[in-house]
Amino acid sequence: MSKGGGIMDLFSKIMGKETSSSKNIAKERLRLVLVHDRSSVSPELLENLKEDILKVISGYMDIDRKGTEVTLNSDEKSVALVASIPVIKINRVASRNAL
Amino acid sequence: MGEVIVITSGKGGVGKTTTTANIGTALASMDQKVVLIDTDIGLRNLDVILGLENRIVYDLVDVTHGNCRLKQALIRDKRFENLTLLPAAQTKDKTSVTPEQMKTLCEQLKQEFDYIIIDCPAGIEQGFRNAIAGADKALVVATPEVASVRDADRIIGLLEAAELRNPRLIINRLRPVMVKQGDMMDINDIIDILAIELLGVVPEDEMILVSTNKGEPVVLDLNSLAGQAYRNIAKRIIGEDVPLITMEAQDSFFEKFKKILGFKR
Repeated sequence: MSKGGGIMDLFSKIMGKETSSSKNIAKERLRLVLVHDRSSVSPELLENLKEDILKVISGYMDIDRKGTEVTLNSDEKSVALVASIPVIKINRVASRNAL
Repeated sequence: MGEVIVITSGKGGVGKTTTTANIGTALASMDQKVVLIDTDIGLRNLDVILGLENRIVYDLVDVTHGNCRLKQALIRDKRFENLTLLPAAQTKDKTSVTPEQMKTLCEQLKQEFDYIIIDCPAGIEQGFRNAIAGADKALVVATPEVASVRDADRIIGLLEAAELRNPRLIINRLRPVMVKQGDMMDINDIIDILAIELLGVVPEDEMILVSTNKGEPVVLDLNSLAGQAYRNIAKRIIGEDVPLITMEAQDSFFEKFKKILGFKR
């Protein structure tokens, strides 16, 4: 930071004007980094989730279990659960009783 | 039957060892029988913070390997007869002890002490797993910095995965003047993010360095604000309801000057 900026900074602080508080920057950076950190769930949990999803869906349609993928995708600001489930055949009548 | 409390943080250098030494000393001065265990094998430091480094004969690894009896390795602090240290080994590594051995050790110590306080090493590897293995409760130490709060969040997740529910938070090295200027996260910011119960807040205090230079925990200094904060934390641990100390008194001369001149409300 230039000396001039430092003095201006001090001046605005004395005048009680909080221009850009570094605390808010810290909070926002933490929020984003924790979204990512917390999205790293165990492979075991994802496998259990996948089994449960397949159980429900197979009551409605024939699906390719081997081709199924369940993953957590995260970008800059959000995390999404993405499931890719290849359909082989859709039942004419949903057999909910099969569940 | 005693209670085993592990003091952890994930990140290094946030004050786990200082916190362990001070909470332990404060509890001992309140007539509780306390043993402190240093589980940072290879990088032991709790002994020097307490000023007991010259009295070590046997250590944690000697006990778990059966080289000595447990009693022989326990160092009694001469200033507080209720305070005892089980030091870490300095020449071994973290794999010299297993979580199972730590569980057994904690069970043994519970028979004789009111509080068994475990100083956990930084990191999330075996040293961490050893430290939490025998614990009934966990305290997480964090400073108001992005890296520290992030690591604390990770540690809280790992503690809960290990069935150590409801860890409590100690915010360390808070600087009230910086908080006021908007340049440091405040207590509520950190609690909001971590979503755990607050046990206490320790202000930044130069007396900590002075006391570690001398090997005398800062709780012995009745004029130190950090010492008072640690004494309050110890009281809350034994179940007393103590309010947080107000940090307003810490206004710098410059801040007060600004108030007088009317620059700040």
